[in-house]
Amino acid sequence: MNGRMISPGKCRGNAIVSKEPIGFYGGVDIKTGVIIEKNHPLEGKSIKDKILVFPCGKGSTVGSYVIYGLKKNNVSPLGIINEETETIVATGVILAGIPCIDKIDISKIENGDKILLDSDNGIVEIEGK
Amino acid sequence: MYLTKDEEKILNGEMGEVQERLFRLLVRLGDIYGADKMIPIGSVQVAGVSYKSIGDPGTEFLEDISSKETKVKVLTYLNPAGMDLEDWDKLGFPKDFAKNQLRIINAFKRMGIVITTTCTPYLAGNLPRFREHIAWSESSAVSFSNSVIGARTNREGGPSALAAAICGLTPNYGLHLWEKRQPNVRIKVNTDLVYNSDFGALGYLVGKTVKNKIPFFTGIKNADTDQLKSLGAAMAASGAVALYHIEGLTPEADLTNDKGLETIEIGKKEMNNIYDKLNSGEEPDVVIFGCPHASLREISSICRKVEGKKLKKPIWICTSRLMKEASDRMGYTNIIEKAGGHIVADTCMVVSPIENMGFNVTGVNSGKAANYLPGFCKQKVVFANIDKLVEATL
Repeated sequence: MNGRMISPGKCRGNAIVSKEPIGFYGGVDIKTGVIIEKNHPLEGKSIKDKILVFPCGKGSTVGSYVIYGLKKNNVSPLGIINEETETIVATGVILAGIPCIDKIDISKIENGDKILLDSDNGIVEIEGK
Repeated sequence: MYLTKDEEKILNGEMGEVQERLFRLLVRLGDIYGADKMIPIGSVQVAGVSYKSIGDPGTEFLEDISSKETKVKVLTYLNPAGMDLEDWDKLGFPKDFAKNQLRIINAFKRMGIVITTTCTPYLAGNLPRFREHIAWSESSAVSFSNSVIGARTNREGGPSALAAAICGLTPNYGLHLWEKRQPNVRIKVNTDLVYNSDFGALGYLVGKTVKNKIPFFTGIKNADTDQLKSLGAAMAASGAVALYHIEGLTPEADLTNDKGLETIEIGKKEMNNIYDKLNSGEEPDVVIFGCPHASLREISSICRKVEGKKLKKPIWICTSRLMKEASDRMGYTNIIEKAGGHIVADTCMVVSPIENMGFNVTGVNSGKAANYLPGFCKQKVVFANIDKLVEATL
């Protein structure tokens, strides 16, 4: 699948997929990388070292700083794939240096899929189900 | 987006990793919003200063960036902090809050940012010129500089404003372009506006109604800069109005095309309804003026009204450090303190932790404050003009 580079880099990992938007401030624990938003489909799951797949960000602009903090605390996702990266997530991944790509049809990706995210070339590949 | 050779160098990391990332952020935002190029800016105003707003994640980010010898390239001011940076202890701000707030301030200082924490930079020495490109954050300051001065800025987030300050550039899109500054709704005001709170109430109503449009006002006969700041602040808070024009008063109004716009009429009845709507409390525990930060004219006017009186409820006036010092020199501060009031500099009621300071009902004359206090600070609000508010404290 071809998309648009938001933040450069290349990584391989297992997908963790949310059909719902993610608000990082108040929604993700900055020390552990666990989703803490009540009733979120991924509540209680860790995004550490995964390829995090979700449609778009939501909520407070402080979310950008949370994404940066996750990276600094070594609990960030390896990469991020969105349908549409809005400015909160774009700001966060660029400051943190987390590879990120958008304009991807995320309905094709399922939890646990092995993913190659090559942001520099704007490519997402599902290498294994 | 077209980038110059020098800009390509920043993006390739030749100016260091911090600049590369910050510049990449500007390029990306420019791509998202369809900018054709970068433009140099005259000044910056950075939001995300109060510890209450940005918490530990923001604090750690700023400390990180500032530890890497990163300096701003243009005159850069800050939004209000979460407390008075000098008198916080005397005024009862919590100690642990103060400690974290000062970490943030020190990080900004290391980057060469001027520590004038105010939402009215234009009253405190950061005054853009007509048509100057700038990158400002705070929504009322953005509205004032775009509308009253005719400078050009989008509403920047904390990190994008900081990136603009460190790179000296901003992407050319949105309100930097003349064609995007044209009005798209007409507001016909059929009632006299007397008090600053009238402008706040009007702004609250228009912001709610037009959301992020660019209103063109007719029927406002006169307004001083305090009243325009009150109007713009309320529209930016209840809606997302970053630019407005007023026939006969603001510099771009005569230059724009206002033909054939949908017209919304506002009269006495609509204004009274807004006053009712914004009032959720009866007796204020505290009355706070200065949202946006009070000018010296506003301080002197409150001073005259409380001179020689004994206040039963405290009055706070929030302002910039510069206005506070002028007020000290004029003796206003002394008169206000003798009556039982305080002049609080560097901070404001919306970003300070007033809900933890024993207040439940706050009196304000600001449409913006009336919009934010119930949610951000769990306050009931008494919204009224300055005379009624002063009376409520006696």
